[in-house]
Amino acid sequence: MVKTPIYFDHAATTPLCKEAFDKMSPYFTQIFGNANSQHMFGREAVKAVDEARDSIAKIINCKPNELYFTSGGTEADNWALRGVARANANKGKHVIISPIEHAAMLVTAKALEKDGFEISYMKVDEEGFVDLEHLKTIIRPDTTLVCCMLANNEVGTIEPIKEIAKIAHDNGSLMFTDAVQAAGVLKTDVKELGVDLMSMSGHKIYGPKGIGALYIRNGVKVESILTGGHQERMKRGGTTNVPAIVGFAEAFRIADRDREKNFEYVCSLRDKFIDRILAEVPFVKLNGPRKENRLPANADFSFRFIEGESILFSLDLAGIAVSSGSACSSGSLEPSHVLMALGLPEGLAHGSIRFSFGKHNTLEEIDYAVDVVKEAVEKLRAMSPLFKAQGDIKYV
Amino acid sequence: MYNEKVMDVFKNPKNVGEIENADGVGLVGNENCGDIMQIFLKIENDIIVDAKFKTFGCAAAIATSSTATEMVKGMTVEEALKLTNRRVVECLGGLPAQKLHCSVLAEEAIKKAIEDYQSKKQA
Repeated sequence: MVKTPIYFDHAATTPLCKEAFDKMSPYFTQIFGNANSQHMFGREAVKAVDEARDSIAKIINCKPNELYFTSGGTEADNWALRGVARANANKGKHVIISPIEHAAMLVTAKALEKDGFEISYMKVDEEGFVDLEHLKTIIRPDTTLVCCMLANNEVGTIEPIKEIAKIAHDNGSLMFTDAVQAAGVLKTDVKELGVDLMSMSGHKIYGPKGIGALYIRNGVKVESILTGGHQERMKRGGTTNVPAIVGFAEAFRIADRDREKNFEYVCSLRDKFIDRILAEVPFVKLNGPRKENRLPANADFSFRFIEGESILFSLDLAGIAVSSGSACSSGSLEPSHVLMALGLPEGLAHGSIRFSFGKHNTLEEIDYAVDVVKEAVEKLRAMSPLFKAQGDIKYV
Repeated sequence: MYNEKVMDVFKNPKNVGEIENADGVGLVGNENCGDIMQIFLKIENDIIVDAKFKTFGCAAAIATSSTATEMVKGMTVEEALKLTNRRVVECLGGLPAQKLHCSVLAEEAIKKAIEDYQSKKQA
């Protein structure tokens, strides 16, 4: 018998790895100094932060002074978008963004619009890939920034960032990528990707919550959004979160060290799961790319005739933790903006469930989950007025 | 989030299914909103003797469907018309604020099923 609960929500967050936890622990009670203090306590803290910064900089192939620690992915996203748009407003007030970005980007873009900036949205195809030809038609001389995530959090699409960055640079625009889901999973070499800014987060890669980073290429003008003390070379105020930074760097080091091994292993879990669900559950659609250019952790399905939140809780009752793109699970009345941008009919978007796997999951768990999904879907369909009426309703 | 009562009802909902030759059927909501509720009533001498439902929707929609159908069984048509969503929610020990519209659907579906019964009776 498989041990429950089973955690299939690694795109939401991951458990802290032991190595990071151990490395962090002395920084709470013993080495507690403020990294801004000049005495020995402060110097010890600074030393730890410097080492962490060097380690992450090496992994993403940037200079240590191009890496800024933030409170997480959301702050890094906010800073990149708002900070670049504002600092470069004298050159232009036009920004291009993908429609499947995280809310940290989309909501910030809406706020910029109110401040007089113009936002244009890229087009994505039904698997979530950015339409490069369309991008070439909407980029303008006054476009200061192009933003596209490296990998999508809901449907796992890995975007052609190199190509997008080339289009941005050919036009004289800056390129930002949100690598929150990708860092530690894919190779995130900023030179190879050709990006000017890149956001990352600790807790998606078995690091602590409440810590992230923004890479800002030297020479890129960015306005600060957290104004305050002298931290982060005067660019980001706020007392340095030393234990979290230490844990983030250690988790990133482990993730990078085991990257290829984990990639292959998690892909094998995902592929087994996708293959079995598609073969054994009728009326189901895989959202996002088939297997190529899909995040190893991600399997996102729409189950026709039933609603996502009720699937989520049915799985929850059977000891499996997943998330849903349905309106009911988000607390809003709109289903996932990502699935809508991919062109899914609303009914199918409401019936979506995201499974995201991790390095601790097993093939036994995958097999158990498929059986539970089959049973839950069957039970909910028996309750659904749409299932019987399927002949009368048109589905894509 | 949901309380234990709601989760219990969601786990083991009562009155799932259809009633053949129902005296009144009410269908409300639509797929685009993510909630469809269909309620079937068996009515004898203006008393609801059986109620069943089919629901496409979240856990709250399923739980309110189950509870509302349980509540109207044994009621006169007149009493059932007075059933409010508030009473269904109370019976479930409360729902999260953003889920209250699901209980409104249950109230509407029952009203619609009774209207269907009444219009059939007049015909």
